[in-house]
This record gives sequence, C-alpha cells and structure tokens, in this order.
Amino acid sequence: MDKRAAFRSWWLPSLFALPQIILILLFFYWPAVAVLRWAFTLEPPFGGAAEFVGFANFKEVFADPLYWNSVGVSLAFALCGTLATIFIGLVLALAVDRQLPGSAPFRFLYILPYAIAGPAAGMAFRFILSPERGLMASVNAAFPDFWNPAKYGSHALILVIVVFAWKWAGYTFIFLLAGLQSVPRSLIEAAAMDGCGPIRRAVDIQIPLLAPTLFFLLVIMMTEGFVGADTYGIVARTTDGGPNHGTDVMVYRIVEEAFRGLNYSGASAQSLVLIGLIMIFTFIQFRFIERQVHYK
Amino acid sequence: MIQRTPFANALTYCVMIFGFLLLIGPFIVIVSGASQTFQQVNAIPFSFMPQDRLLENMGAAWSRAHLGTAMLNSFVMASLVTVGKVALSALTAFAIVFFRTPLKGFFFWMVFITLMLPLEVRVVPTYAVAADLFQPVRLLISAVTGFEVSVDWNLLNSYAGLTLPLIATATGTFLYRQFYLTLPDELAEAARMDGSGAIRFFIDMLLPLSRTNMLALTTIMFVYGWNQYLWPLLMVTDPQYKTTMMSLVALLPSDNGTPDWNVTLAGSLIIMLPPLIVVAVLQRWFVRGLVATEK
Repeated sequence: MDKRAAFRSWWLPSLFALPQIILILLFFYWPAVAVLRWAFTLEPPFGGAAEFVGFANFKEVFADPLYWNSVGVSLAFALCGTLATIFIGLVLALAVDRQLPGSAPFRFLYILPYAIAGPAAGMAFRFILSPERGLMASVNAAFPDFWNPAKYGSHALILVIVVFAWKWAGYTFIFLLAGLQSVPRSLIEAAAMDGCGPIRRAVDIQIPLLAPTLFFLLVIMMTEGFVGADTYGIVARTTDGGPNHGTDVMVYRIVEEAFRGLNYSGASAQSLVLIGLIMIFTFIQFRFIERQVHYK
Repeated sequence: MIQRTPFANALTYCVMIFGFLLLIGPFIVIVSGASQTFQQVNAIPFSFMPQDRLLENMGAAWSRAHLGTAMLNSFVMASLVTVGKVALSALTAFAIVFFRTPLKGFFFWMVFITLMLPLEVRVVPTYAVAADLFQPVRLLISAVTGFEVSVDWNLLNSYAGLTLPLIATATGTFLYRQFYLTLPDELAEAARMDGSGAIRFFIDMLLPLSRTNMLALTTIMFVYGWNQYLWPLLMVTDPQYKTTMMSLVALLPSDNGTPDWNVTLAGSLIIMLPPLIVVAVLQRWFVRGLVATEK
C-alpha cells in the first residue's frame, strides 16, 4: 500500500488534508459522539441538562412492539429487495454477456433506472401500480381487491420492494456483467467443446465463478436496504410507512421518531442498534475481500 | 463462439426483452401518462400510446410545484457537492498517498471510518450540528478557558448546509487513492529529480493524469447530489431553498381533489431528466466510477 518515493514534509500533507478533515470532524465525528451521548441520556421535557439514564433508552426501544415491527419490515425489505435485484441483475447479465447480435443497446438501457432518485421512482410507481388506475386497475377490475397497497400492509411492502428492485437491478447488472467478462474465455470454450450448451455453462461455470461478486453484492445490497439513502426516500414517497406501519422500515422510524416525535434519545438508541448492524456487515465484507485478495 | 444453439439464443432474446419491459417499461408508462389528458390517464385499461399533451402537462407541473426555483436549487446543490467532493478528495488522497509522515496513517483511518456510517443513520445529530455549528467550538473554548462565548451560526436554509455534510464522506478519496497507487513510483521520483516540489507535481502531473477519474467521480457525484432527499428535507424550511425532491410532494394530487396524475407524472419526469441525461450521455464514465468507488 505504501509508495516508495514520497515527498518529505509534515505540514504540506496536513494542509492538503485539512479541509476534508475539518468537514469530517464537524459533520461525522461530532455527530457520532452525539449519537452515543443521546442514546444514554434523556433530556427533561421542560428543559434543563440531560440526565444520564444508562440503558433505559434501549430498554424502552426494545420494549416497543412497533420497534420490532420495523425490524421485521426492514429485514423483509432488505432481504427480498436484495435477492430480487441480484436475481434480475444476474439473469440479465448472463443474457447480455453472450453478446448476441443486437444485445448492445440493452446493456446501455438496463443501467438507466439507477439514475432515478428513490422518491421520484416511488411516486411514479404509486401511479403505475395504483389499485385504481395504471397497470393494476384492469386486474383489480377482474378480481376485486386483488391488489391494494393503500389498504394492505403486505401489498404496500411488495410495492416498495418493487421500487427498490427496479432502481437497483441495473446496479447489480453492471457489477455482474463486469464479473462475467473476467471469466476466462478459454474455460467457456473448453466447455463448449465438451458439448455444454449456454445454459449448462452458465449454471456450472459462470455462476460458481461469480461467487465473489455475488457475495459482495449481497453485502452491499443488504446494507443499502437497511440504511441506504434511497430506502428512506422510497418508503416516504411511496407509502409513508403505512398502511398501519406495514412499510415502517428502521430508517424511516428513526427519522419519524426524531423529527415528528422529537424523541432524540430513542432515535439515537435506534441509530446505535443500526450502526452495530452495519458494522457487522462491513466486517463481513472486509473479511471476505481480504480472502479474495489472498486467493489472487 | 461457434456453436449452434437456437433454443438458448431464443431464450436469451426473450430474457433481454423481458428485462427491457421490466426496467424500461416504467419509463414508457411515465412518458405516455405524462402526455395524456386527465381522462386518458385515468382510463382503465391504461393506454400505452403517448399523446400530444406532454408540454402542456409539464408546464402545469412546472408552475404548480414552483419547479423553476427547485430545479435551480437542485442544480446548485448537485454542482457544489460534485465540485467539493472532486476537489477535496483529490487533495486528501494526495496527502495520504504521496507523503511519508506519521500523520498519514491517522488521516487514512479517520477518512476510512466514515465509509461505515451513511448519513441516514447519523442524520439526527448531524442535523443538530448543522443547526448549531459552533457548539463544538463553544464547548472547547469554555473547557479550555472557562469563558462562555455566545457565537451562533446555523446552516439551516443555506447552500452550505445542503452540501457540506454530504461532502464529508470518503467515497471519492478512495477512488483517487486507488488510482494514485497504480501510478509508478518512478513518476514522483522523476519529478523530484527534476526539481519539482509536491505542489508542482500535484498540479502538473497528478491532476492531468486523473482526468478520467475526475470525470467518473463527477458523474456519480452529480447524480448523488441531485437525488438527495432526506437531508434537504431536514435542512430547508424556506421555500426559496427547496430542491426538486422536496417539490415531489406538491406534485401529488390531493386526496380529495382531482386525480390529475398526468401532471404529476409530467412533473416527476422533469425531475428525473437531469440525472438521467448525465447517466445516459456519460455512461462509460458513470459505470467506471461506480465500479471503482465500491471496490
């Protein structure tokens, strides 16, 4: 990681790094400390200094059935969303990687949904998959009450997962296509000589060799599903966490709790739990990347 | 590959077309919905044929949600985030890679840890910091000198507040670091031999060499900045600083009003266009930046 030839100076690099370090201290480390402090203290409702309350905030959070509901919703959202995006990305990457005539434009088109912001996509999907108009209205006309995300929590959850999968499928597609292109051509050709068809080659050679990429995407997408910038936006603009907390993912709950309920301590305790979760994901990811480097 | 596989080829084309319908289909619905009249857009079954009212609907959406100021604000915000990120990351990565100082490891880890906590999980305290920027300074001064100073400065309703916290992350720094590490050691050696100092080396050699990296980072950061939702929502109360993502709410038909989804869709189409154009036109660099920042 180190370069041999380096400039020798201690003040110059400090000067170069200074702007970013100041920003990080101010907007990253200071807030991180504040999360810790708030999670263990409670501000009296009518002002005054915050009191140290130990683990009381956590106890309160864990005793709240709505919190556990949000954990379950987040888990379902992240897991289903991740599997859906990876599955779609994988199938499309396998198809495009065959480089049949005419497949180039698809490669360009599949990435486009990734440019769309989660909330904007969510709003469009509110129309596209609305029960009264758009694409699902005809289905609902034939089978009344077949699809109604405004009424059933499970339908709403499916709706936000669809938005998530739509946006992120192009992203997994990029990575899986890059992964497929680094599969040695000679392996594929050898298999073809032995009489393997394209499907057999995909299942027995390409997908096993993609395992590192797939695992990497699994971790990235799980993190994205739990705390991603888009998760909040998608939920907020598609379903508002409803109906009846059916799509109340953890990030949404934290923000609601803090800014609508003005319960900074409870929100901070929830943030800390989430931070612990991300640290586990990141840890897994780095252990895995280490191993990958080792195998090279 | 020379192998006759008619069945697999047909299947491949089916998969690709299905993927097209799945991923591009929503765009088609949005565009055709946005170009229809109020009656057409609410018709069952939905008609995929685009009509001729696109511009009118866009105009209606533009004035309903005050998209003029919002687009301008979003543009300024995205540009500031991009410029700040591209510039600061280059400087920090330079300091981390090309200098031999004891501080190097410290800087590296300090920046590295920021990868772990996205803004979403620390949004509550970050908001508190932005609302009272000098709190740390005040605490420090009163701890050191014992004086209570009352300086107040908050970043609410300002471009600084919209952008600075978004710049304070590590993604760009790692993109540059990765690139600098691939440069041969001899480059810096030769520069030193010729009598160039660090700053000269940075400006005359590193910056021109990292042009592709900058372009890659610019594309992803512009999209990232434009698509921010939660942070502007918290920072801005003044309609003058509203960004496009915040005007989405204003576009939504009210519960008891007329469901004029054609206008809503036209408005969201306007909001989606800038990042879509960036990704479509600069796709090569966008993909490169995406793959490089994550690895």
